[in-house]
Amino acid sequence: MINRILVGAHYGLKDWIAQRATAVIMAVYSVLIVAVLLVLRPAGFEAWQAVFALGFIKFFTFLFFVSLFYHAWIGVRDIWMDYVKPTGLRLSLHVLTIAALVGYTAWAAAILWRL
Amino acid sequence: MSKRMVQFSIYRYDPDKDDAPYMQDISIELEPTDRKLLDALTKLKAKDDAISYRRSCREGVCGSDAMNINGKNGLACLTDIDSLKQPIVLRPLPGLPVIRDLIVDMTQFFKQYHSIKPYLINNDPPPERERLQSPEDREELNGLYECILCACCSTSCPSFWWNPDKFVGPAGLLAAYRFIADTRDQATNERLDNLEDPYRLFRCHTIMNCVDVCPKGLNPTKAIGKIKDMMVRRAV
Repeated sequence: MINRILVGAHYGLKDWIAQRATAVIMAVYSVLIVAVLLVLRPAGFEAWQAVFALGFIKFFTFLFFVSLFYHAWIGVRDIWMDYVKPTGLRLSLHVLTIAALVGYTAWAAAILWRL
Repeated sequence: MSKRMVQFSIYRYDPDKDDAPYMQDISIELEPTDRKLLDALTKLKAKDDAISYRRSCREGVCGSDAMNINGKNGLACLTDIDSLKQPIVLRPLPGLPVIRDLIVDMTQFFKQYHSIKPYLINNDPPPERERLQSPEDREELNGLYECILCACCSTSCPSFWWNPDKFVGPAGLLAAYRFIADTRDQATNERLDNLEDPYRLFRCHTIMNCVDVCPKGLNPTKAIGKIKDMMVRRAV
């Protein structure tokens, strides 16, 4: 195979917007959860559990984690793109990163819904 | 201003003679009329004619004498000697292969510049006199066309250091926007397609080193932002 420099994968804009959108979601969630905790002031394990048993808290917490993991995927991939040059190694690192983040997503769901 | 001695520490490397680059300490007596760093370099070259650097117009128009001055890229001909802390440390532009002393190989830089097609693309038959723009449309090109391609910005950009073969770099992207913004150009879509890639445009993480060093006071980060803005408007 001729080793030409290849560019032109058309996903730059999508990821750039996604990184910003997920950042906004995380910022909004941070404000929301602090507000909820300030209002409800849960003391002790049972009270915290009750807060996170609320449907909308579960929904937004899960949305937060999905945003975090998608945001992290783009950021970590950027690091691999900048510093890891061999294609095979980089692809392996991409796959490992995705595997870890998908695992974390499932783990977050399991914790939130106590599967 | 009187005569004064100025201390220098200059990056020296002659691949024909030296095994490795080294820093040479050298001092020179300057006349009151020697005001710019390039004046001092001319004196230094008279003292040691092996010291190599590029220069041409000596007034900040040609962009030949870009170098790393006390850790910051700039043009020797526009830099006041007395504004610099001594010893004045001179190194070649970072991130490009060194040919000799302060001279770097700019091939990669110009390859990226050429990759954005830095010329007007218009397939209409040429009018009898010229393609006119309204003053408002012309206004958008200010701050874009003045680039002298000295490479101070691109060689201060870490994204360009890591991926000089794939990331266009601030100078190239500024030029890209210069043609995207030109109302006489008809290849806007192709130009945006050409940049919509995780490497070519989106390696820019807006750290603004380019804006910090541009000797012409231009703002590549703003131009890059406008390209992203146009891509978003095209896509959503």
